[in-house]
Amino acid sequence: MSWLIARLAGHLEPVRGRIEELLALGADELIVAVAGAERERVLAERENLRPDRLRVHSEQSGLEPVCRCDAAYPRRLLQLASAPRVLYVAGGVERLRELVAEDPVAIVGARRASDYGLEVACALGRGLASARVAVVSGMALGIDSAAHGGALAANGGTIAVLPGGADRPYPRAERALYQQIRRTGVAISELPAGAPVFRWSFPARNRIIAALSSLTIVVEARERSGSLITARIARELERPVAAVPGRVTSPLAAGPNALLAHGAELVRGAQDVLDVLFGAGVRGASTRDRAGVAPELESMLAQVADGADTVATLARDGLTAEQTLAALSALELAGYLRREPGGRYVVVP
Amino acid sequence: MLARVRTFAIDGVEPRQVWVEVDIRSGLPAFTIVGLGDIAVRESRDRVRAAVQNSGFGFPQQRITANLAPAFLRKVGPGFDAALALAVLAAHGEVPAETLDDYAVFGELSLTGELRDSPGALAVAEGARRAHVRRLIVPRERAREAALVDGLTIVGVSSLRDAVEVVKGGEPPPLPAPVPNGKLAWCEPDLADVRGHAAPLLALQIAAAGAHNLLLEGAPGTGKTMLARRLPSILPEMSRPEAIAVTRIHSVTGLHADGLITARPFRAPHHTISPAGLVGGGSPLRPGEATLANHGVLFLDELSEFQRSTLDALRQPLEDGCVTIVRAQRALMFPTRFMLVAATNPCPCGFVGVDDRCTCGEPDLRRHRRKLSGPLLDRMDLLVTVGRPAEDELRAPATTSSAEVRERVAVARERQRDRLAGSPARCNGEMDTRLVRRHVRLDERAEQILGDAYSAGALSARGRLRVLRLARTIADLDGSEGVSSAHVLTALGLRQRAGPPAAVV
Repeated sequence: MSWLIARLAGHLEPVRGRIEELLALGADELIVAVAGAERERVLAERENLRPDRLRVHSEQSGLEPVCRCDAAYPRRLLQLASAPRVLYVAGGVERLRELVAEDPVAIVGARRASDYGLEVACALGRGLASARVAVVSGMALGIDSAAHGGALAANGGTIAVLPGGADRPYPRAERALYQQIRRTGVAISELPAGAPVFRWSFPARNRIIAALSSLTIVVEARERSGSLITARIARELERPVAAVPGRVTSPLAAGPNALLAHGAELVRGAQDVLDVLFGAGVRGASTRDRAGVAPELESMLAQVADGADTVATLARDGLTAEQTLAALSALELAGYLRREPGGRYVVVP
Repeated sequence: MLARVRTFAIDGVEPRQVWVEVDIRSGLPAFTIVGLGDIAVRESRDRVRAAVQNSGFGFPQQRITANLAPAFLRKVGPGFDAALALAVLAAHGEVPAETLDDYAVFGELSLTGELRDSPGALAVAEGARRAHVRRLIVPRERAREAALVDGLTIVGVSSLRDAVEVVKGGEPPPLPAPVPNGKLAWCEPDLADVRGHAAPLLALQIAAAGAHNLLLEGAPGTGKTMLARRLPSILPEMSRPEAIAVTRIHSVTGLHADGLITARPFRAPHHTISPAGLVGGGSPLRPGEATLANHGVLFLDELSEFQRSTLDALRQPLEDGCVTIVRAQRALMFPTRFMLVAATNPCPCGFVGVDDRCTCGEPDLRRHRRKLSGPLLDRMDLLVTVGRPAEDELRAPATTSSAEVRERVAVARERQRDRLAGSPARCNGEMDTRLVRRHVRLDERAEQILGDAYSAGALSARGRLRVLRLARTIADLDGSEGVSSAHVLTALGLRQRAGPPAAVV
């Protein structure tokens, strides 16, 4: 079937309307629906298909296929009428099984996001990952990548659902992130190795994100955003949807604010998400894991949190400006601090 | 009768030898000057005639033709007057022509026969030495300046009459006594006046030690300009060749008249300056502020107010240390090895980051950021935010003084000079990629930190190079031969710009 979808990818391109309805069709019906003049040829090719060769091909690309009847196949996906027959996994089937065992959370949002959105996505990713909740997203530029990055920064698990073949990064700009995800998380796709990306691949991918996760969070989204498709599908699957509020004047906040108006859960931080998932107060978002921070840096971090936020004020207790700057840079590089206009430092949540 | 006298024209800031040839023959009285002179040169006829007569000499009532050779070089200004007058007198037989061969003559004449102050005597003296002239006659006001050049005798005279006396074998007058320096040490700006500002003070010191470019960013009234004006007080002294180069440029542009300039130049052009005013240009070609700031500091206050084209014009001079200006007839090169210091508000209203006082909208901020970002910002080694000092800091005693800092800076420069000996660079700020690779040795931990910063996207490739240079200077100030992680971290901290978190992804 995944071979078929990849084979018919070009035919699916002109399709308007909901891609998941087409993907829910059986193989023969799909061919009838979209193949048109090529129908006979596709049918013939399908007859001659050698499943063992497909398997070898995907294994050469470092992908492991997981069939719908496999024990490692995520149960939640089955709720989807168009559940993929096969998932191709980069990074290990076993790891995928561990990551989806408990409630994974999807964090999705705009590609061209604001600094605020990126920061929130990163902080959510980090907070959830350190509470052992897997972060699912689409590895797109902007919010998606920030969420993955946050989860990786907390040494947590993360699942990237790719629109094309899972053997290569899409978008290519996120190569470094992709490699990192393959090392400690998984990248999955319903399409075989090397499958190129089409316009319909994105909504199709979004349905997998929504179905894979117990909760979908929209961080920033313009009015007509793919992230809202993810939210709609999650709602259709009767899974909770959550959104991060934004400024009402910002077009980037239109999506999440509309979701909130229609009853989505309000997310201010990782704790809100954990409350929705496990009930209020059941599981606490651990405060940040600062294992790697040297004691003198720790005290500086505390001082910054207490409002001594410029080099001048920090440099007053016995430290030279040079030492203060070095310490602040170390904290900034480790992702604990951020510079604000006016030379102030703030603690990254 | 034919006579000729040597003088020098100033082409940009370079001296060019010019022969003034005068031919007198019988005919109707006339005086023509040929040789591509400008209006000042043409008017010189009348000045020379009056000056010669008012000095008590007879002016030949014959046909006089003067030529300024080489004829292809455009001659500008009244500096040829004295040479013309002496050539006329020699051709007329009032002055022995053969002794004139030892002399070069430079200066403007007044109608009374007085030799007037003329800018550029130092450049002329350098040209004279290069041409192996033994004696140079200059206006008396310029004698001390010209005497900075060794290897020839400078004769400072105040009138044409005195000049003739000297050429005839009279005793040359002694050099005038130096004018006492009118500056009072205690009213020069000093770092001891600064309270608070820990990070900017550190940045100033590092900038001075390595000749790094520096951007000060901060709300109005926090002290950006005050800090920048104190930079010259901690810069190391100029070497003699540097001082002569600076004096020559200032002399040519008429900004300086007496003796050697010892303080490094500090040029602070207003933000309405044109590209030609900044890097040189116009007709006749004049050096711009960038050249006047050679070996010193070019300070651009309110950087965001400068025209984009003006700032763009600075890119080549910043990178190459010189600017080449090509006009239809010729190309001229001006030296521009300066330290760029700029100050700017962080946003159009100036108060972003100060409580909630900023009134700028998102589009304003974006426009401001776009104007500042880009090529010029990329060439800044140090980006430092100047904040408002706390109240108790303002009452505290001074933390440092210029003399103290200058000493540290001088020691650091000494280390750099030794290390960079034999290469075109003289300080860390001038190191190119190859020199950085050779001289900046990071320890393992520092290497890792820099690698992390680079792969986190907090640094561009050029930014990385700048951090390496900075870290080298910080290590030099520390007296350490290796560059440690603390040095790299401090360098990273001194490239402060608010932006997306450095460690995302």
